[in-house]
Amino acid sequence: MVLIYIDQADQEVKKASLEAISYGAALAKQMGTNAEAIILGTVKEDLSQLGKYGVTKVHQVANDSLNHFDARVNATVTAEAVKLAGADVIVFAHNTNGKAIAPAVAVKLNAGIVTGASALPKTDNGFVVTKTVFSGKAFASIKIDTPIKVITINQNSFGTQSTEGTATLETLAVSVPTSSIKITSVNKVQGEIPLTEATLVVSGGRGLKGPENWGVLLDLAKALGASTACSRPVSDSDWRPHHEHVGQTGYQIAPNLYIAIGISGAIQHLAGVNRSKTIVVINKDPEAPFFKAADYGVVGDAFEVVPALTAAILKSKASA
Amino acid sequence: MKVLVCISKTPDTTAKIAFTEGNTKFDENGVQWIINPYDEWYSLVRAIELKEKDANVIIHLVTVGAADAEPIIRKALALGGDEAIRVNNSSSDSMVVAQEIAAIAKEGAYDLILTGKETIDYNSASIGSMLCALLDQNYIAAATKLEIDGTKAIVTREIDGGEETAESNLPIIVSCQKGMAEQRIPNMRGIMAARTKPLKVVEASIQTATTSIQQFDLPAAKSGVKLIDPTQMDELVKLLKEEAKVI
Ligand SMILES: Cc1cc2nc3c(=O)[nH]c(=O)nc-3n(C[C@H](O)[C@H](O)[C@H](O)COP(=O)(O)OP(=O)(O)OC[C@H]3O[C@@H](n4cnc5c(N)ncnc54)[C@H](O)[C@@H]3O)c2cc1C
Repeated sequence: MVLIYIDQADQEVKKASLEAISYGAALAKQMGTNAEAIILGTVKEDLSQLGKYGVTKVHQVANDSLNHFDARVNATVTAEAVKLAGADVIVFAHNTNGKAIAPAVAVKLNAGIVTGASALPKTDNGFVVTKTVFSGKAFASIKIDTPIKVITINQNSFGTQSTEGTATLETLAVSVPTSSIKITSVNKVQGEIPLTEATLVVSGGRGLKGPENWGVLLDLAKALGASTACSRPVSDSDWRPHHEHVGQTGYQIAPNLYIAIGISGAIQHLAGVNRSKTIVVINKDPEAPFFKAADYGVVGDAFEVVPALTAAILKSKASA
Repeated sequence: MKVLVCISKTPDTTAKIAFTEGNTKFDENGVQWIINPYDEWYSLVRAIELKEKDANVIIHLVTVGAADAEPIIRKALALGGDEAIRVNNSSSDSMVVAQEIAAIAKEGAYDLILTGKETIDYNSASIGSMLCALLDQNYIAAATKLEIDGTKAIVTREIDGGEETAESNLPIIVSCQKGMAEQRIPNMRGIMAARTKPLKVVEASIQTATTSIQQFDLPAAKSGVKLIDPTQMDELVKLLKEEAKVI
């Protein structure tokens, strides 16, 4: 059986977990087995609806104390629950919480693990998982040699597929250790889609000259309904908040569309964005290295091109 | 307070990524090696800052790797570690590396173990979490801030779409990322001092890997950029809609 870990925050199922279910369900089908899910804590949603994404059963450890994430506690409970439910493969989203506990769960189950998988494993001869390495500059195919296997799947790399179906619910009786981590404050960027979940991203670099010039970029993002990102020097100079920094040492993202404005395309920047499906580069320098990694390019001054693009998008939306 | 900082050797961020031996090995030819940036800029520098505030802080460094990791470890000592341990195991399996570090950690009874958020070569982001299970200690991943207050750690971590601050008693394991500290450059005094700081080599004790790398591949090259005239933004919108189908 393939078991998918459902991550939750504020008692809501994380979007990344729906993709993990789609991935786990496709893997189960390939292996001729079924896919089930496991969730810790309680959520507002009707969990039977997760059947739509391909799981037949949802195991729940319905203890409210698990609604606060504690890596040690969650990993311990998850490992115990996996033993009760019985699974050959456990799939996590490669998001903040998934990364924090999947390796610990692997240790507890004596399982081999591959984190950051970018495609379905090959299962015809052993169990080989392809993952991104060197920050997206290459792929590695890694064979897991243990009977139980753990995978975390890169966000936006498989996609979410939903069909028909409902899942049955089963409560698991697992004893929950007391957490010794006390959460004292939570600070959420209101109303914004987290960068790692965004499908459309507009990003700015040093070419925009200063924080006071970000208006053109924000207008474009608003017209598109896109999230905003930036290059490292931009966040280092505090022109934009740190959580917008993408690249080798920032967030690695894989949106459907990445629009880079006034960013030169340094190798360290590309490492964070080169898995984007479509890249548009707007730069006044035709020699900017970013054009080599782009699908569409506009050679021109951002302060003219970007407002024109925003206007064109609004026009196209109005006529649609 | 005893701090253990985990250090990994990685290729420089501008290194050419190529493979040899039928695409089964990373081509090290001409590659410059650096301390994994997350380990250096964030974990190590934060540990040094803690020591600057409290002279009782002792910083040990651990790396799991072959002898060619020693220049990197010396650089980390020059930045400010007190002692270093190299476990002579060149396995690329995170489970093996974590078990080696766990053995060192148990022996040293550290109050705080710091790792980078991930390494920039294998991007596994696994060691901290594995240590959490192997040592049965609290673990906070992807931390952007860390303060120590007596026997308590106050840690801010990234969550999807924001940040969360939590308190935990020591000992604790923390994986570090941007926000934690600022990059430093070793000074001459540090470099001289590093030459005589202890660097202990411990023989490998874990041999059984749980995974093995079969093959590396490079991504397919982009077919080439399509240039659009800056006055033709309607055309770009049309391409994004109809050709790329992304908006
Ligand atoms: C170890 C290491 C890790 C790093 N990690 C990261 C990382 O994670 N992310 C990251 O981004 N960088 C990272 N860097 C830094 C990276 O090397 C580059 O320095 C950085 O990405 C450059 O940012 P930029 O493109 O915004 O600025 P620049 O390189 O200065 O480029 C500005 C661009 O704007 C263009 N421009 C100027 N004016 C206009 C205009 N009016 N209209 C249109 N275009 C204009 C210019 O032609 C130029 O191409 C790292 C570096 C190192 C050494």
